[in-house]
Amino acid sequence: MKTRTRWDAVCEVSDLIPDSGIAVWTEDGPVALFYLPDRLPALFAISHTDPFSGSNVLARGITGDLNGEPVVASPLYKQHFSLRSGECLEDPSVQVPVYRVLLDGDRVRLEISVARSEVAA
Amino acid sequence: MSKKNLIVIGNGMVGHHFLEQFAASPAARDFEIRVFGEEKHLAYDRVHLSEYFTGSTHADLAMGTPDWYAESGIVLHLGEPVTGIDRDTRTVTTPEGSYTYDELVLATGSYPFVPPIEGREHPACFVYRTLEDLDAIRASAQGGETGVVVGGGLLGLEAANALKSLGLNAHVVEFAPRLMPVQLDDDGGAVLRQKIEELGVQVHTEKATTTIVEGEETRLRMNFSDDSHLDTDLIVFSAGIRPQDTLARQCGLDIGERGGIVVDNRCTTSDPHIHAIGECALWNGRIFGLVAPGYTMARTLAAALNNDEEAAFTGADMSTKLKLLGVDVGSIGDAHGQTPGARNIRYNDEQAGHYRRMVVSGDGKKLLGAIMVGDNHYYDTLLQYALNGIDLPDHAESLILPASQGGAPSLGPDALPDTASICSCHNVTKVDICGALDSGCTDLGGVKAETRASTGCGGCAALLKNVVDSELEKRGVEVNTDICEHFPYSRQELFHLVKVNGIRTFRGLIRQYGKGHGCDICKPAVGSILATCWNDHILATDHVPLQDTNDTFLANMQKNGTYSIVPRVPGGEITPDKLIVLGEVARDYNLYTKITGGQRVDLFGATLSQLPEIWEKLIAAGFETGHAYGKSLRTVKSCVGSTWCRYGVQDSVGMAIFLENRYKGLRSPHKIKMAVSGCTRECAEAQSKDIGVIATDKGWNLYVCGNGGMRPRHADLFATDLTDEELVRTIDRVLMFYVRTADRLQRTSVWMENLEGGLDYLKDVVLEDSLGIGAELEEHMEDIVGTYQCEWKTAVEDPEKRKRFREFVNAPEKTDPVQQWTTERNQRRPVAESS
Ligand code: SRM
Ligand SMILES: Cc1cc2nc3c(=O)[nH]c(=O)nc-3n(C[C@H](O)[C@H](O)[C@H](O)COP(=O)(O)OP(=O)(O)OC[C@H]3O[C@@H](n4cnc5c(N)ncnc54)[C@H](O)[C@@H]3O)c2cc1C
Ligand code: SF4
Ligand code: FES
Repeated sequence: MKTRTRWDAVCEVSDLIPDSGIAVWTEDGPVALFYLPDRLPALFAISHTDPFSGSNVLARGITGDLNGEPVVASPLYKQHFSLRSGECLEDPSVQVPVYRVLLDGDRVRLEISVARSEVAA
Repeated sequence: MSKKNLIVIGNGMVGHHFLEQFAASPAARDFEIRVFGEEKHLAYDRVHLSEYFTGSTHADLAMGTPDWYAESGIVLHLGEPVTGIDRDTRTVTTPEGSYTYDELVLATGSYPFVPPIEGREHPACFVYRTLEDLDAIRASAQGGETGVVVGGGLLGLEAANALKSLGLNAHVVEFAPRLMPVQLDDDGGAVLRQKIEELGVQVHTEKATTTIVEGEETRLRMNFSDDSHLDTDLIVFSAGIRPQDTLARQCGLDIGERGGIVVDNRCTTSDPHIHAIGECALWNGRIFGLVAPGYTMARTLAAALNNDEEAAFTGADMSTKLKLLGVDVGSIGDAHGQTPGARNIRYNDEQAGHYRRMVVSGDGKKLLGAIMVGDNHYYDTLLQYALNGIDLPDHAESLILPASQGGAPSLGPDALPDTASICSCHNVTKVDICGALDSGCTDLGGVKAETRASTGCGGCAALLKNVVDSELEKRGVEVNTDICEHFPYSRQELFHLVKVNGIRTFRGLIRQYGKGHGCDICKPAVGSILATCWNDHILATDHVPLQDTNDTFLANMQKNGTYSIVPRVPGGEITPDKLIVLGEVARDYNLYTKITGGQRVDLFGATLSQLPEIWEKLIAAGFETGHAYGKSLRTVKSCVGSTWCRYGVQDSVGMAIFLENRYKGLRSPHKIKMAVSGCTRECAEAQSKDIGVIATDKGWNLYVCGNGGMRPRHADLFATDLTDEELVRTIDRVLMFYVRTADRLQRTSVWMENLEGGLDYLKDVVLEDSLGIGAELEEHMEDIVGTYQCEWKTAVEDPEKRKRFREFVNAPEKTDPVQQWTTERNQRRPVAESS
């Protein structure tokens, strides 16, 4: 099995909510996209799936920073996930996937790795 | 080896305390234990007996449970008085049988003294000692107008207050020239009298009752030796207590000249196998009519029966601090200055009704005693000076001068010697507290659990907290009240910063007073503070990111990421049409439907995208948001009330709806629950709520700071017979004070328990307006009530806000694949996880 990546446009800047998250659907599943206007870079994307409950909710958590690390708190059971590494602060053995984000004019693009079952031409 | 028998006669406060101590000691293994109680009730807290008139039941006052007795292997014989003791055969007899003992403990307490006045047997004459006495007084007060208490001592004044609370015109008749002759001097007695008369209790001093006869208009007439008389419907005698020593006399134990069972330092009587503790015991020629010395005797005896050589009762401090009819009275040590050479310092403000007196030693170095009327703030410090023989400061008078006149330097906990007694009920000293901290306790609660300090009369709560805080600090434990790493402030301090500086956004606050970007602790807390202060819509752009997910989406998130919907149903009253709409919406969206414990309907399983449409339909049918997601008012539960119920005395439904509509927009540190019951049967369970209201035939009784949930707590009676307006004003103040001063996620119950001064302090602030902020609190509440908006209505009407409810912003038609459903009992529910 081989993967290739591509930059998918997932939403517009006007869809973003400052200091909070929104969820988008990608070929890799649901992704949570956060906009923290006071930081550089300001855009972060991690999986929307909360690994502790299996539910798609992370975009609806509260954002902030702990010891300088940008985080989101799961709205269900309140664990914190680093927006940079996807690592769970309470349990470093748990990690959620992280996605690279690109601002292309008014569009927000995510780097999505697409699994390909057959060999590409 | 067969076990020996231990018998305790008397299941009162001291007898019970003895059993607690003894049952936990090694010697308990060697004994079969039996206790006989004349009263039919399990031992109860007699100190708080009067609360029986203001809503407490025997269960509230009970000191143990039948289960505890059973588990401890103690056989309880309630309602079975001991009628005789045979010391030769070591048996006690009761109407039911006889029992042998190896060790016998007399804890028979005392009985009220009734002066031999002709006519005292009239059925409208009572004493004030047991629950049964109070039942009889309550029954007799029905249909009466006036009640007289004979005796102006501590208990007499308490009884007068009780008569007043039963709606009678209360009088106190005292033989001596002043009130509380034992504890107070003439000036103190005069100040107390003035205050008590202002409260509507009439005081007659220097009156000797000669006869009690049938009255003309009233049930009774009391004739006095000066030929005057007083008409009344009932009389309560409270002319002192006498030790209950009848059994001891009959079996020939040594008895004091004026009664009391003579005991030695180990609480043993003239018979080595018979012991006496509590109010029936006479030690060194003295009877101790307070509970703390009785407890000390109980502990001493328990230790002595465990062969502890050092166990010895060495007397007890009789200082007292109380509130009589709402007036502070305190008396410490040698209050009357009987020590030779003693000198006095007095402060007397007749205008304000404050009197204080210090009795100091001839050399002016030590405090021997003190009296105070009107303000007990001075008590704790003075008591420590007196008990511990601490040298008085220069200008000792500053200790009793009002703070504005230079101020009393209060004795810091550091100045107390290690042996200082902090809690006299449970005999806990400063050393014991340090010991508890050294052995691992890290906070006040831990120390309380470990030492039992402050779990008796509660009078030492403030002092205990001071000592614990100061000792924790010494141990380098920072008593950190910072809300989180982003703000070096407590919630209360943040509230002040926001309010005083007019800060309206989180960003503004963290820039000025914090650091970093915030977190899931400080953001919702500040969001709640901003809402309380300014009441903007919580989904306004600046506030959205502060809210917990439930507030952000105005619904409660469920485990699979869907939401529940709980429209407000004020007071639980709902029209059939509205019920039908709820049913239709639930059916159309396939929502699992359940009646909640809060008298409303919960619809589960809506997706984020469905929420606004569903609410549009509900709003069109007249529903409003129920704030089931918010830290705010949940429901005001109500019963049926006077409209339908044959027992109802007020319209509880109407009041519940009114209260629910009034407070529904208030954001608070934690959720708030209320209930209104239409009569004393209490079908709405108001006493388990933060705010509980129970109808009386004169108005409403208000209970505050109850809690169900993880740590249930009965609400405390706060005020009685309020009119509608008084009720609302009082609730306004309590809630606003709570909202301003509580910690984050602190329910009212925990908040009140942590307030220094507790319930009394809260009463001072709310009912007496001791901080002078009453009007401001009411105004602030009025503001919030005036700016209420249904958050869902505002949200569905605003396209910008609605955008927020898209499940996947780039795929409106997509349904969340992890939400899998099945059917159970004819409704849809999430598939259980496979794990
Ligand atoms: C729906 C309901 C159960 C029911 O089906 O009856 C319920 C459901 C929840 N309760 Fe409750 N409680 C419900 C009545 C109660 C009651 C009974 C009452 O109010 O009469 C209590 C005890 C009374 C009390 O609060 O003093 C109660 C004590 C709690 C507690 C513990 C609070 C405490 O102080 O210990 C929590 C946890 C919390 O708030 O931190 C809680 C939390 C919750 C949450 C919000 C848990 C959560 O965060 O997801 C549940 C949300 C359900 C939902 O999504 O709608 N619920 N909960 C009841 C809603 C009543 C309503 O109409 O609003
Ligand atoms: C209204 C009121 C307010 C008070 N306020 C305070 C206060 O603020 N502070 C304070 O320190 N103290 C206060 N007290 C006093 C305090 O209640 C007593 O000091 C305490 O109850 C004494 O405990 P005890 O066990 O010795 O006696 P009790 O509690 O009276 O118990 C004795 C028990 O023995 C039973 N008994 C007697 N004879 C027999 C028999 N032959 N067989 C079987 N059972 C028998 C009695 O029925 C009774 O139940 C108050 C008392 C009252 C009445
Ligand atoms: S008791 Fe527990 S499980 Fe039941 S509704 Fe309340 S919080 Fe949920
Ligand atoms: S002094 Fe009574 S509880 Fe501490």
